Amino acid sequence: MEKELRLMKGNEAVAEGAIRAGADGYFGYPITPQSEIIEYLMESKPWETTGMVVLQAESELASINMVYGGAGCGKKVMTTSSSPGISLMQEGITYIAGAELPCLIVNVVRGGPGLGTIQPSQSDYSQAVKGGGHGDYHLIVLAPASVQEMFDFVSLGFDLAFKYRNPVMILSDGAIGQMMEKVWLSPYRERSKTVPEWATTGKPDSRKRNIITSLELDPNRQEIFNQKLVKKYNLIRETEVRFEEFQCDDAEYLYVAYGTSARVCQKAVELARNEGIRAGLLRPVTLFPFPVERINELAGKVRLILSVEMSAGQMVEDVMLSVAGKVPVYHYGRMGGMIPAPDEVVENLKERIIGG
Amino acid sequence: MNEATGIKEIIKPENLAYKKSNVLTDDIMHYCPGCGHSTTHRILAEIIEEEGLQKDAIGVSPVGCSVFLYNYIDIDWQEAAHGRAPAVATAIRRLLPDKFVFTYQGDGDLAAIGTAETIHACNRGENILIIFINNGIYGMTGGQMAPTTIPGMKSSTSPFGRDVKLMGNPLKITDIVATLPGTYYVTRQSVHTPANVKKAKKAIRKAVNYQKLNKGTCLIEIVSNCPSGWRMTPVESNKWLEENMLPFYPLGDLKAPEVQTVKQIKSNKAND
Repeated sequence: MEKELRLMKGNEAVAEGAIRAGADGYFGYPITPQSEIIEYLMESKPWETTGMVVLQAESELASINMVYGGAGCGKKVMTTSSSPGISLMQEGITYIAGAELPCLIVNVVRGGPGLGTIQPSQSDYSQAVKGGGHGDYHLIVLAPASVQEMFDFVSLGFDLAFKYRNPVMILSDGAIGQMMEKVWLSPYRERSKTVPEWATTGKPDSRKRNIITSLELDPNRQEIFNQKLVKKYNLIRETEVRFEEFQCDDAEYLYVAYGTSARVCQKAVELARNEGIRAGLLRPVTLFPFPVERINELAGKVRLILSVEMSAGQMVEDVMLSVAGKVPVYHYGRMGGMIPAPDEVVENLKERIIGG
Repeated sequence: MNEATGIKEIIKPENLAYKKSNVLTDDIMHYCPGCGHSTTHRILAEIIEEEGLQKDAIGVSPVGCSVFLYNYIDIDWQEAAHGRAPAVATAIRRLLPDKFVFTYQGDGDLAAIGTAETIHACNRGENILIIFINNGIYGMTGGQMAPTTIPGMKSSTSPFGRDVKLMGNPLKITDIVATLPGTYYVTRQSVHTPANVKKAKKAIRKAVNYQKLNKGTCLIEIVSNCPSGWRMTPVESNKWLEENMLPFYPLGDLKAPEVQTVKQIKSNKAND
């Protein structure tokens, strides 16, 4: 089947991606700047075509617990929200991580703290990659930098979620959610008919009862479970790191940026090179697992690293850990819904070079 | 013949007037002596067995004393976060519409922290059964005041009795959900006497059959006791329940479909 080309918003691409990925269920609550996702789904009526369930819940708390219930049945289920709503979901997310359930959560980030702004931001990085809720756990975090990736990462996210029985988050932002780009739509994947052996679908005589839970009162057994999770996260770190490089081969100065900031930095690399500054860009595509090894390698080849984020400086901590003191690491960020312009990113690099 | 052999000779299948449901596991229940949870578990297991639902039942257990319910009834279970069981059950039933899906929740879980999930699942008319154990106290955490603690009732956070001016009023959530268009069958029962146990079991059976017909949400409140939390013996607690809880939470149907048998409903449906 031939691929279809369409012009669409990032949020719409997530919704279309869900239908085409063979999702079984979507549960969500409206919040700006991502309400187009549930609107698009309600308009598309996938329950009449693929059989996908779509439900508007009474809160983000309910949405994420519906995701828990659906995921516990072995179904491909997802929710989407934006920063304040994602904060509200943290309870459910940690239960999902603790029960080792696969699911997809999309965060179209807006500026905070609190009610903040409805403009794009990257200030939920730490919440997304360090766990977010209580207890020791990680999400697999994918960072799209285009509308195409908003579409593609839905399917990829579900695959990773089921491969590792782990919640996956697409960490996007209001700019990528709202902007329009052309998207190559891949063909529909059929909804899966296989039932994972751990799923609660009613107990036949042939097996023991399945119990979805994150509860363990015996500290010895809880620790064994925690160790099992650590082992899984280490396997994910070894296997699933994804990143993209732009003009890194001969780079003297390295930008590290993801999502919208990476698009800005890609332009900044061009501008800097026009001025004879050999800049390059590493764009993490997975934020957990983080491209630690590659950044460390590149740190051995460049003079300094500038981490650019739409935040007060969150990813820069992971960049510093990756660099492990090899070269100076700086942060440049805009906040509150402001997006840096390529020339200001170049100017900041120049200041660091002179300062260094 | 010594005493032990004597008992062995008496306990034979043919002599038993009462037997353990096959759907109950062999795990020893952790409940305090006299607690209504174990009785409610038993009748629930019996209904699942008698209605042949073991392969179709998916239960959602709460946070509270009955958090380990999944250890006692031999079906598939999901353990929900505190108060979220109706949301969890909503998704399960919508994704598996041929299954029997129910939640089992205490008063703190259902009527305090989970009020929104309860009201909205009922209002949407989710085809689930909610079993609501109301003993007017937080049992698991050691006897604190619950949303259903009756006025004047003592608890560890209302040591001089619930003062409604200071602490607010008890919430009759069952009365509220009975007014919602999404509910089909809402009833208040108890398990403190054999006759009431029978009635409660009958109510569960009705709800099971209504779910098969996708009639909407069914909620069965069981007014129950908490001997440990109430600082009473089991017998005292049942007496206290009858004299104090039941006048405030009167037993009976709050919303029931017109009296007709499930057979009749089925044949009506076939004629539609």
